[in-house]
Amino acid sequence: MNCDHQREQLLERIQALSFSAVDLNLYLDTHPCDLRALTDYNQISSVLLQTKAIYEQLYGPMLNFGLSSGGCDSFRWVEEPWPWQIGAGRVY
Amino acid sequence: MWVYDKKLQFPVRVSGPNPKLAKSVITQYGGPDGELAASLRYLTQRYTMPTGRSIATLTDIGTEELAHMEIVAALVYGLTQGASIEQIKAAGMDGYYADHDKALYFVNGDGVPWTASYIQSKGDPITDLHENMAAEQKARSTYEYLIQLSDDPEVTRVLCWLREREVVHFQRFGETLNHVQEYLDSRKVF
Ligand SMILES: [Fe+2]
Repeated sequence: MNCDHQREQLLERIQALSFSAVDLNLYLDTHPCDLRALTDYNQISSVLLQTKAIYEQLYGPMLNFGLSSGGCDSFRWVEEPWPWQIGAGRVY
Repeated sequence: MWVYDKKLQFPVRVSGPNPKLAKSVITQYGGPDGELAASLRYLTQRYTMPTGRSIATLTDIGTEELAHMEIVAALVYGLTQGASIEQIKAAGMDGYYADHDKALYFVNGDGVPWTASYIQSKGDPITDLHENMAAEQKARSTYEYLIQLSDDPEVTRVLCWLREREVVHFQRFGETLNHVQEYLDSRKVF
């Protein structure tokens, strides 16, 4: 239960960072010379990468096709839950 | 190529089984102004966009729409999984159930299947960008109607977030239209 809560919190942090990156990315598509936005984008990207690395260490890869480590003992990519599967009234 | 990120773009929770609401929400999965139509429209138009910026915008928004499609699927999945046959019948979802059980299929709220005729790819970037701006407004309106129909605050929370994304996409397509217009005008000067 406690472990689930920790996972949920870490995931929500990644979702927030990733959302900032998506939104800045779209802004930069139409304002590619805005250096302030570009600095923010680069900063958020590096924090996002670090945060994802922590999550993946605990819960397995978020990315496939060689973009995340597959794990040591078994290929953790196949592990549930997949994002839409409900855990205690919740979808990850 | 594309890469799958094993997370939802926005957290999804539902308060409980609610096939009646699922039947409405599914239109944003496979309806005329839904996320599949949005994604495929931008991703197929991008090949003939004239500039790096416009290609980037259509690629990135088209990709974000795929993430929204997954969010809508998660909502429909969550709202139907625990539903009883009685609830499904009461919700008028029995026709859908006969064809698909509780599987996800690309239909609107009345069961009409998705069709490529919902979208256009015209080759004229000015025309295509106008279509995309209209598409974002149609999606925004649909989310507003769904918010009116929703009786689950957890679902409403997600619908409000999706609605906001349509507003941002409309803004970005507007900026892209100005940029492409300027680019085309500059090419007319010899
Ligand atoms: Fe959109």
